Amino acid sequence: MFEVPSLSDLNVGATLPVTLLALGACVLLVVDLFIPRERKSITAWLTAIGIGVSLVFSLLSLSGAVEFGSGELAFSDMYRADRLTDTINVAALITALLGVMVAYDYLERTRLQRGEYYILLMFSAAGAMLMGAANDLVIVFIALELLSIPLYILSGFRRPQEASEESAMKYFLLGAFASGFLIYGIALIYGATGTTNLPEVWDAVAGVVAEDSAAKFLVMIGAGLVLAGLGFKVAAVPFHMWTPDVYQGAPTPVVAYMSVAAKIGGFAALVRVFGMGLSTFVLESGAPAAWQDTIWLVAVLTMLLGNVVAIVQSDLKRLLAYSTIAHAGYILIAVAAAGTAGLEDTAAQAVVIYLIAYAFTNAGAFAVITAMEKDDASNTSLDALRGLASRCPWLAAAMAVFMLSLTGIPLTAGFVGKWFVFKVALQADLVAAAVVGVLTSAVSAYYYLRVVWMMYFEEGEGDAATPPALAWAIGVAAVGTLVLGALPYLLSDMAREITLAFGG
Amino acid sequence: MLSEYAPIAALLVISVGMGILILFISRIFGPFRPTARKLAPYESGMEPFGPAIRRIPVKFYRVAVLFILFDIEVIFFLPWAVVFRDLGSYGLVTMGVFFFVLTVGFIYEWKVGGLEWE
Repeated sequence: MFEVPSLSDLNVGATLPVTLLALGACVLLVVDLFIPRERKSITAWLTAIGIGVSLVFSLLSLSGAVEFGSGELAFSDMYRADRLTDTINVAALITALLGVMVAYDYLERTRLQRGEYYILLMFSAAGAMLMGAANDLVIVFIALELLSIPLYILSGFRRPQEASEESAMKYFLLGAFASGFLIYGIALIYGATGTTNLPEVWDAVAGVVAEDSAAKFLVMIGAGLVLAGLGFKVAAVPFHMWTPDVYQGAPTPVVAYMSVAAKIGGFAALVRVFGMGLSTFVLESGAPAAWQDTIWLVAVLTMLLGNVVAIVQSDLKRLLAYSTIAHAGYILIAVAAAGTAGLEDTAAQAVVIYLIAYAFTNAGAFAVITAMEKDDASNTSLDALRGLASRCPWLAAAMAVFMLSLTGIPLTAGFVGKWFVFKVALQADLVAAAVVGVLTSAVSAYYYLRVVWMMYFEEGEGDAATPPALAWAIGVAAVGTLVLGALPYLLSDMAREITLAFGG
Repeated sequence: MLSEYAPIAALLVISVGMGILILFISRIFGPFRPTARKLAPYESGMEPFGPAIRRIPVKFYRVAVLFILFDIEVIFFLPWAVVFRDLGSYGLVTMGVFFFVLTVGFIYEWKVGGLEWE
């Protein structure tokens, strides 16, 4: 008969950060009902405390000071609590915390102050964390849905406004397609290997390749579909169309959160699925994994399109939307490098370093746009930047830091991220991708520095309001960007012990 | 081998035969006064043809979603209840977690007025 597991086998302790966050969100959903509308700051504070507690547990687990649970695996090998999980947890939680801080005053002044905002944000952060901890393709899918569905709702949070509704609808419909691709790919991989557990997929794929059976075509198509599904989430090029429209229409604090959180979740899952599960999919002995060429080509296209189209944008939100596409390209180079045998760990480290650097920088940049934006969602064009430096010197300085970091200028976090990504690309002999990466970074300097130029050297009416919570968020993001850039060993030490290795 | 399927074949023949027989008998012995409505595929049902875009109150949609939710709850609970004793405390706790999440959703829905028609 089927053996019933005991409760201690679940190893709930290992999943503590994400379990606490999800539990907190559930409890808060009920508590929030009893908080009167004009006192929603209580919900905001409770959310921040919930995320903070979860962050403390993640950091404790990351530092190794406290061992939660027994062993890495939890929930019948569905959940893997390793170094990658911890770092992804930290990145997702910091983003969520910044998301709450950026949103608070915006919701207040646009009369959108509803508790659901914060609770949806918590749920979606839990989804991003679960994607980094997935040890099973089914968890990848469920976590993706948990991440995405709150984001669909959040993009339409400014409901009577048409742009917001359109953005939510567009995101939802295209996202549903992407989920369909992903689950179809998972089904094909399951068909070829007979399992959805990533270490077992890893083993079974090696067997399929050794036998040279027809099942390898199933794996190939399955891997392609999974790449399409996750590529949509991170806005890689053939699947990027939704990005500018959704980012322009959605409320700016939502974009600050989702442009980062969706990427954290998506790339964590890409690393898990391709770096772990499918790294044995090698068609000729000694060659890199069969999916490497596809991914680096996608990366090159993504970098080229994102950076070139960003040049002609006149709206700041659209410009940064194309910039997020470009950055997805840079991170994809590192994912491609994971296809070379022996580089899986280094590639995963580069991805995590880039993601953390990007979290501070991009959330900060959108926070600055939130400060500029008027209540009717106007004033986000590039022209609105003119003369900002004379009226809001600190805000302009922070924006300059974010722009330099996105360009990848040394002494900012963005440089550290790009350094590790290009390094692992060269180690994996992906010279073409690295060269395109460096060249497009030079192109990107044009439109990022134009933002700085307009703030400092052009006369105009540029103005912004920075209430305390928003000011704190921008300050934390700017200091984080500078500190991580000036002391790069903080990031590399954090990521050094990330390993994907298992099995034989 | 194929003879194992004989009962199914017999069932098919009997059911089809029975259907034809009933139609045939009622045609012979019953009165036959057709009207347009009587000849429609579903005599008292919905209009089978018509414009695809019709205005339906969005409340029906909400009720449908809620129905699916609680329907699935029952589907999950039933097999659990069947093997409840064998699963022991493990089954009880995991089902408790499921029920907790469901209850949270239910309380939320109730409090925001999702169960009211007007």
